[in-house]
Amino acid sequence: MSVYAYVVAGALLLLGAIGIARSRDLVHAVVCLSISQSGTYVLLLAIGYQDGAPAPVFGSTSAPTTRVVDPVVQALTLTDIVVSATVTALLLALSIQIQKRHGTVDPDELSALEG
Amino acid sequence: MSRAVRWWVLGAGTAGVGLVLLLAFLQMPSFGSSHHPYRDAAVPAAVAHGTANVVGSVTFDQRGIDTLGEEAIFFGSVLAVLVLLRPEDEEEPRPEEGSLAPLQSTRLFGYLLLPLSLITGLDIVAHGHVTPGGGFQGGIMLATALHLVYVAGRYRSLEQLRPMPLFESGEAAGVAAFTALGFAGIAVTGSFLANFLPYGTFGQILSAGTVPLLNIAVGVAVGSGGIVLLGQFFTQVFLADREKGSGS
Repeated sequence: MSVYAYVVAGALLLLGAIGIARSRDLVHAVVCLSISQSGTYVLLLAIGYQDGAPAPVFGSTSAPTTRVVDPVVQALTLTDIVVSATVTALLLALSIQIQKRHGTVDPDELSALEG
Repeated sequence: MSRAVRWWVLGAGTAGVGLVLLLAFLQMPSFGSSHHPYRDAAVPAAVAHGTANVVGSVTFDQRGIDTLGEEAIFFGSVLAVLVLLRPEDEEEPRPEEGSLAPLQSTRLFGYLLLPLSLITGLDIVAHGHVTPGGGFQGGIMLATALHLVYVAGRYRSLEQLRPMPLFESGEAAGVAAFTALGFAGIAVTGSFLANFLPYGTFGQILSAGTVPLLNIAVGVAVGSGGIVLLGQFFTQVFLADREKGSGS
């Protein structure tokens, strides 16, 4: 089962995408996008994982060693989470504005272009 | 596009992307293997700069300029939300009415947890270079901790504890401090965001050179930015919507 964790990441990405496509509510679509993006966290962390290796943080009881999980992908995941949070905030703010302007957050009812 | 056509396009796209991903996954290094070339390079580099938290070293030392970009994204998004959600002419603050007072137990736990969360957030920012944590994580904890006042009390009490202009300047100051540390690196060593301070004793609070300072700068920016961001969404809830009032 060496690809199991990667498959979970791919499944999250695709499930989120399906949720966005089937969405009848913009807030629901934003949540689906977050789920899609969490697939990338799982993928990054799965790439960096090593069986039985501890976290890449050293202390008085754990002398520095390279036998730890990959810190580079963990730092990338941190960036990923920050970007995800800011995108979510921005899209929710846009959803509020769309609700104010059009009185609906159903993407299917937002087909008309308005100047 | 009709609904049926849309489902077919979605189905074909999902199946195609899924297949390509699966083929790629089968070629990837096996999950849990010991082959990690980036780690083998990053860990000695972090130890050489006296940083016990290697993730912190990667974030703020080895790829500090990316983190500056990341902070700029956060700053830009807070700014964009401020612009998008600014109160319009026909909207005016609505007096908080009809909301029930929270349960006594909720109030008690809110007020008990408030100082605990604030101290934990500060600790995570301050020790970001020696233990798991850092400016982003601690900053978000600080921003959300303040909102325990809202959970335990009323929005009014949160507003009194939340001088918005101070936090707006705080966010800008955090980003400015990060950039200033970058230019200080140019002044001392000639490269942007270089770790120019003494590396100190490995694993002690005074170690890792500029990493703890950058952590604090990010903690201030993210904490203030988070409060400003949440404040904008709160303001929306407490805006009287004249259209809604007229029953449209």
